[in-house]
Amino acid sequence: MTDLFDKHRGIAERHERMMSLGVNAVSLTNDRILSPTRAIINGRETVLAGTNNYMGITFEPDCIAAGQEALGLYGTGTTGSRIANGSYALHRDLEKELAGFLNRTHCIMFTTGYQANLGMLAGLAGPKDTIYLDADSHSSIYDGCTLSGAKLVRFRHNDASDLDKRLARSEDGGGRLVVLEGIYSMLGDRAPLADFVEVKKKHGFQLLVDEAHSFGVLGPNGRGLADEAGLEDDVDFVVGTFSKSIGAIGGFGAGNHPLFNMLRYTSRPYMFTASPSPATVATSLAAIRKLKAEPERRERLAVNSARLFNGFKALGLALGCDSVSPIVAVNCPDEVSTIAMWNALLNAGVYVNIALPPGTPGKQCLLRCSVSAAHTFEDIDRIIALFGEVVAQGHYKKAS
Amino acid sequence: MNQDIFATLCQLLEPFNTAKIALKPETDISADLNIDSVSVMDFVMEVEDHFDIEIPLNVLSETRSLADLVKVVEGRLAKV
Repeated sequence: MTDLFDKHRGIAERHERMMSLGVNAVSLTNDRILSPTRAIINGRETVLAGTNNYMGITFEPDCIAAGQEALGLYGTGTTGSRIANGSYALHRDLEKELAGFLNRTHCIMFTTGYQANLGMLAGLAGPKDTIYLDADSHSSIYDGCTLSGAKLVRFRHNDASDLDKRLARSEDGGGRLVVLEGIYSMLGDRAPLADFVEVKKKHGFQLLVDEAHSFGVLGPNGRGLADEAGLEDDVDFVVGTFSKSIGAIGGFGAGNHPLFNMLRYTSRPYMFTASPSPATVATSLAAIRKLKAEPERRERLAVNSARLFNGFKALGLALGCDSVSPIVAVNCPDEVSTIAMWNALLNAGVYVNIALPPGTPGKQCLLRCSVSAAHTFEDIDRIIALFGEVVAQGHYKKAS
Repeated sequence: MNQDIFATLCQLLEPFNTAKIALKPETDISADLNIDSVSVMDFVMEVEDHFDIEIPLNVLSETRSLADLVKVVEGRLAKV
């Protein structure tokens, strides 16, 4: 008999190697969360710089109060899907509010951000269609593509001319969907949207932009990359998540197509899972209203992001990209030194994400920071200083 | 098996074959060469560009060995 776990023995060895170097960097326990930027980890107060809590919104009293009220009014869970158990008024309220925020006719919420990509991609594309996806797409996009049964063509990261070439090679008929991300989660770089829109005009396809890391963050209205680039009319479908700028959990898809709501009857990740819990929906709704009412959060985030980016540049660190975004990734030479540096940073009191191949573009080993509007300048300066200390201690050698 | 295509695939695979394992038609691209899934996709992108053909990702689940990939390339070239 073949043991089904045999194929995971390589992972087990890698895991053991990581544990031998210190704490489990990919399965850390926060004993207590004190604020959007502070936690108790291993008995010590730690600055959080790897949470994607971009707006610093997880402890807002009115969001918490909205969640508590929903718990009392609607109970702890919905106990089923919206097509079986029906929607709660809160689900509809949230979708309406978000459609308004996004300036789109239709909006559908999903139970997680991962499912939002699964649900939108598998709902939009089918076996007779082709999806063109950026090589550095998030796993939820790859998995949604697979679930759709569509033909999948991968193009080089952020390379509109490469997409152009691949569209020209296209052999079959059927619909064509191109998938981009507003900000790419590992390196923090943006899609060159205007270049892709040019290719769209040349070839004709429908365009989906996953604004998971850019929703709430970019654009004069906080609607994401398309808002920042002034190209919202050229984007057919927007995907996003409630787990980052909204500080809850869930996801959404939005668009103006008159048949958009048919996704509710065709998208399996929407149909065959329990709908988001009332408390989650209520805190998300309160958070969307807060983002709308408090654009200064976005401004503060931009200032904080630039401060960290420039601070790291001054230290001579090799960064994931040349543009400022709330994701600031430091490129490290190899897995062992990355783990060592991560441990040194944690011991010095700052938590960042560790990202290793194959989950990273180009086999890079990354220490990935995400900035929050709730970070103070002192926090940012401390993160920079701690990275400096680790560099000074020789845990880090500039990646070649 | 088309030897020319096989030789070209071996050449294109070289940068990904970091362990420098000897390549045979029956070599399993992922398992034998210990190449992760992203690298396999990157390699296939190079193959697409070299031959100016489209090899959808869906095809890869059925393509284990280099000989399998030779057949895919042959089939796609015949379509062009």
